[in-house]
Amino acid sequence: MTAYAALGALEQGLAYGIMAIGVFISFRILDFPDLTVDGSLPLGAAVSAVAITSGVNPYLSLILAIVAGSMAGWVTAILNTKFKILHLLASILTMIALYSINIRIMGGPNIALIGAPSVFDPVIGLGIPAHLASLVVFAVFAVAVVILVIWFLRTEFGQAMLATGDNPQMITSLGVNTHFIIIAGVGLSNGLVALSGALIAQNQGAADVGMGIGTIIAGLASVIVGETLFGTASVARSIIAALLGSVVYRLAIAFALGFEWGGFSFSPSDLNLITALLVVGAMSAPHLKKRLLAR
Amino acid sequence: MISLSECSKAFHRGGANEVQALEGITIELDEGDFATVIGSNGAGKSTLLNAVAGVFFLDQGTISVAGRDVTRWPEYKRATLIARVFQNPLLGTCPSATIEQNLALARRRGKRRGLAPGVLQRERAQFIDALGTIGLGLEHRLRDRVGLLSGGQRQALTMLMATLVRPEVLLLDEHTAALDPKTARQILALTRDIIAEHKLTALMVTHNMKDAIALGNRLIMLHQGRVVVGVAGADKQQLTVDDLLRKFYQVQGEALANDSMLLT
Repeated sequence: MTAYAALGALEQGLAYGIMAIGVFISFRILDFPDLTVDGSLPLGAAVSAVAITSGVNPYLSLILAIVAGSMAGWVTAILNTKFKILHLLASILTMIALYSINIRIMGGPNIALIGAPSVFDPVIGLGIPAHLASLVVFAVFAVAVVILVIWFLRTEFGQAMLATGDNPQMITSLGVNTHFIIIAGVGLSNGLVALSGALIAQNQGAADVGMGIGTIIAGLASVIVGETLFGTASVARSIIAALLGSVVYRLAIAFALGFEWGGFSFSPSDLNLITALLVVGAMSAPHLKKRLLAR
Repeated sequence: MISLSECSKAFHRGGANEVQALEGITIELDEGDFATVIGSNGAGKSTLLNAVAGVFFLDQGTISVAGRDVTRWPEYKRATLIARVFQNPLLGTCPSATIEQNLALARRRGKRRGLAPGVLQRERAQFIDALGTIGLGLEHRLRDRVGLLSGGQRQALTMLMATLVRPEVLLLDEHTAALDPKTARQILALTRDIIAEHKLTALMVTHNMKDAIALGNRLIMLHQGRVVVGVAGADKQQLTVDDLLRKFYQVQGEALANDSMLLT
């Protein structure tokens, strides 16, 4: 793996790490497996791209992306809580609907942002070289998201959200409307995923309707790799672990893609297989370790 | 203060397994009344508590708590007036949250939850005082996760959480049934003390006739979704298990004699 590839993996790890924190909120905190993210990541990218090409400030476009992503999450959560559709199915329905919606928003399957203003411009303006600017911006956003989410989960509302995933019956008996909490939480999750999508689109210079494929798997892989490597001793630690897990995941992928053995090397189309193996490995590692030690 | 008027509820309506779980139940509890509820399996005891808590809506009848008609209130809204302790000690607390976080969640029962800190510094002193009253040493373990506690400790904590904000009505659903006999006695004693101290209006479902007689100033016996026996005041104080069984047969007839096995 070249230094260039490692830098790129670190960059991607941080950008997609914001998405991984979103997946952590739905999947781990609310116990709500949410496939909406495969649609809300490109939704964030699409909204941001359309906003920027229409002359909106790139930073403001991020807020629009977050709002759009949150709304997608609300739809999924309302389908689940109010219309009693199984969470997994509700999220798949929103996801496929978003495919059409994203193409409508962009007026086509993609929008190029090459040469358009981006959130990286002010940082480059500070004299930081272009290839490091995106790393700096992603790091700032990722750390800010980690701090905000940890702060949020310590508030009264955040505590009620943690309890909703942990023991819905108890928190209902303490006067919390769990439907409202689930709608807010899945919205927050998808808002973060859309933010991640918007940042990635600005970095790669294009929004594409297909860029969301496999988001949920990458997010789960990050969360699970993070938990395995960095632990789950507290909620704050789990959130940092999700971000770091995303970085490790992207590094592992970069490593695999740079791997050569005789005439064999992986191609980008092998990514899904590598990801699946990585998740299986991380999920079964604690179990296997226990069995081996028991002998 | 709580009043149930002609409350009825059927499950699986129109189906082959239709069950009339509650049938025309009318109960009036005055402020400070502590009623124990007994009955054989399937008599409707838990259904009655669930109906009051708002787990489902009634087919007929009305429920009012502290003078407010709550018949159409959803469960989370009724929680502003009603507190509840479940049979399963695992249901009353959040295992991955700490003791102080659980207490803080309970202290906000029925209040708006915003972006203020989930646990306030000044609350901790109050929690330490409250935990001290139950004498389990939990006041030294505010930051321990509740998942680390035993069933009895968790149930004691749940009792405290239910009464941290004074409820208009306290519902206890066989809350000692899943505990070992010694712990069950401790929790029952704690229940009596807390209810007496705060002069709470309470409904306690139990399978244990002796407990039903020893605790509270009212006794209600349910059978097949109806109130079949109601005892109060001085009559309740003189009540014995034999009296209760006799009353039960009187109402139901000897055909149901087998139920005595379930009741004792």
